[in-house]
Amino acid sequence: MPSRALVRLLWFGVCLLGVTVHPATSHGQTGSYYTDLSGRLAAESRWFPQTALFQGQGSHASGFVAEPNLYLEDEAGRILNVTPWFRYDSADDRRTHFDLREAYLLLSGAAGNGEWELRLGVDRVFWGVVESRHLVDIVNQIDLVEHPDEKTRMGQPMAYVTWSSDWGVVELLGMSWHRKRTFPGSDGRLRASVVVDNDLAEYESSYGKWHPDFAARYSHTLGLLDFGASVFDGTAREPSFGLCFDCGAPSGLPAPVLYPIYHRIRQFGLDAQWTTGSLLLKLEAIRRSGARNLAGVEETFNAFVLGGEYTFFSLWNTDADLTLFAEWDRDERGRRATNFYENDLFAALRLMLNDVQGTEMTVSVLHDLDKRQSIYGLELARRLSDAFSLDLGAVAITNIDQDDLYYDLRQDGFVQLGIHYHF
Amino acid sequence: MKTDQPIRPARVRPARGLRAARFCLLAMFFLPGMPSQEAWAGGPGSPASPADPGSPPDPSEEKGLQIARDARSQDEGFGNFSAGMTMVLRNKKGQESVREVRVKVLEAEDDGNKSLFVFDQPRDARGTALLIHGHKDRPDDQWLYLPALKRVKRISSSNRSGSFMGSEFTYEDMTVQEVEKYTYRYLRDEPCGDGLDCVVTERIPVEKGSVYRRQLVWRDKSALRVWKVEYYDRKDAHLKTLTVAEYRQYLDRYWRAGSMAMVNHLTGKSTDLVWTDYQFGTDIDDRDFTRTGLRRVR
Repeated sequence: MPSRALVRLLWFGVCLLGVTVHPATSHGQTGSYYTDLSGRLAAESRWFPQTALFQGQGSHASGFVAEPNLYLEDEAGRILNVTPWFRYDSADDRRTHFDLREAYLLLSGAAGNGEWELRLGVDRVFWGVVESRHLVDIVNQIDLVEHPDEKTRMGQPMAYVTWSSDWGVVELLGMSWHRKRTFPGSDGRLRASVVVDNDLAEYESSYGKWHPDFAARYSHTLGLLDFGASVFDGTAREPSFGLCFDCGAPSGLPAPVLYPIYHRIRQFGLDAQWTTGSLLLKLEAIRRSGARNLAGVEETFNAFVLGGEYTFFSLWNTDADLTLFAEWDRDERGRRATNFYENDLFAALRLMLNDVQGTEMTVSVLHDLDKRQSIYGLELARRLSDAFSLDLGAVAITNIDQDDLYYDLRQDGFVQLGIHYHF
Repeated sequence: MKTDQPIRPARVRPARGLRAARFCLLAMFFLPGMPSQEAWAGGPGSPASPADPGSPPDPSEEKGLQIARDARSQDEGFGNFSAGMTMVLRNKKGQESVREVRVKVLEAEDDGNKSLFVFDQPRDARGTALLIHGHKDRPDDQWLYLPALKRVKRISSSNRSGSFMGSEFTYEDMTVQEVEKYTYRYLRDEPCGDGLDCVVTERIPVEKGSVYRRQLVWRDKSALRVWKVEYYDRKDAHLKTLTVAEYRQYLDRYWRAGSMAMVNHLTGKSTDLVWTDYQFGTDIDDRDFTRTGLRRVR
């Protein structure tokens, strides 16, 4: 549906205009404000070397990303930060999408011998320590069409209070306007055989997306240990799915379609990191209730990631650093888990040359300990000049079992190349 | 080379920040008293330790140690300051690459200093920030802020040797600069800098793993500011020379260099550092050096 893409592009244009026209100068002092406009433009291409499985899917997709950022700060230290974000994708109109990553007002001040901070508006919050997946991190929805690694997050409207002192940091969040997870359209790769139609999304709560969600976290640093304990109560970020056989036509999608269902969940999270010398030991664990398992049945479950990283600095007397990552991902639901991480071993190597171009390379594997399947990843990044940088990525999916959740992605390994311009 | 570039945000890939961290560590070396005060890593507030009881009462060694201690004590009590740092990396062919960092330092009374480094350039690393809580009796705590993910990550503060990012500074240069980390020997008096009356001392790293066998340090007698350092490698070959210039005095007491040039005689590469916008007695306070404050960095 080109019209959908067009509407999104238009929206993005309006937002961008609103952002850029407002300040008279791109940066510097304007009156009593400090204003600053910056951002990133990127051109990206993805190639899928293996034959597509489903009708409409192609073997190549190109596009661009625009991510401008406006920062305003007055003399009292009040900050307004706005970051609209837009991607155009030539193959998949669902991957062509706009998101307001950030649009918040930030106030802060002293409180006793500590400080307080209030963020009002759309923001992103990151909680966690491990690399293989972001388990504890739950405040923001996943922008899944960006990358199947589920690490790109969308903006979330919130009121966010932080209070910190010698005894640690307390964060309290009130959220509403639930964001739906993005899914590839029928022409996109990295999708299931049945397409997800977000227009048919259902909510368990009668308030729908307006249901008030709450989250809190306490974190502290004690010597070598950094830890956090968090709780989330509200609308799930991860949906379960219903199958609809006669819903396809109105949305223009081939029937049947999947429709996402967002249940109310409660999640307790724990994250900890022990930093000693060149070794970092990490743990993330959650207990989630209210969510449906793969069979569609409500099941309270625990999941954790345990692992660490070790860095060899100045490898072989060169300028390079080599970091080894190893993590064990476990979801006690096993085959009833709704993700790839039911019992997996993650291993990765990151080589940073520390040259003028900042060249770095990461290779990783996520290996299923119960089955033979593995997901391999490669990332290469290099600076071309002060303003331009290049990155190359590849994902390979091997030996996926026929009964696996990800069986439909077995042909969707890809190579991607991006050129970024930073302004 | 002014760091008057406006502060801007960053959209950085996560790992980029790690490179930024290494660079910031370098900055940490220079900042605090710059090479004029070797004691910084331990904090200018740290008291001079008593002389090693095992050291022989060699007058040239005692004089060398006293010079190092005097230099350190001169930088105590600065409170806080902020500054901008521009670094130009130059290879053999003369091709240049620029790095820009903004720095804030808060002096602590009974522990190591707190420091904050924010990257402005290269632009792909813009907004990346490093927070360091220095400690006298244990390794520093370090947190890295990665703006693309809005992630604050605790990182290793392990000491490292070897240069980085093509620059001519090693980790050893920046991390272990406490008075106690060297033995000293007074060598001679001779002019240095711009015709100043100077004293030349030799300092030998105590740590066996050092990449240097020894360093020669030129200080002017009046203020004990470092004007030149010669670095000799394990084979005693003259590896690098650091030249310091454009000193200015702040708060009628604290001397800070405006420029530093490190030349590597073996590779022909060089790195120039220019300091700008030194401000002492600013409204910097503890709130600028917290994990939550790190997320507000601009």
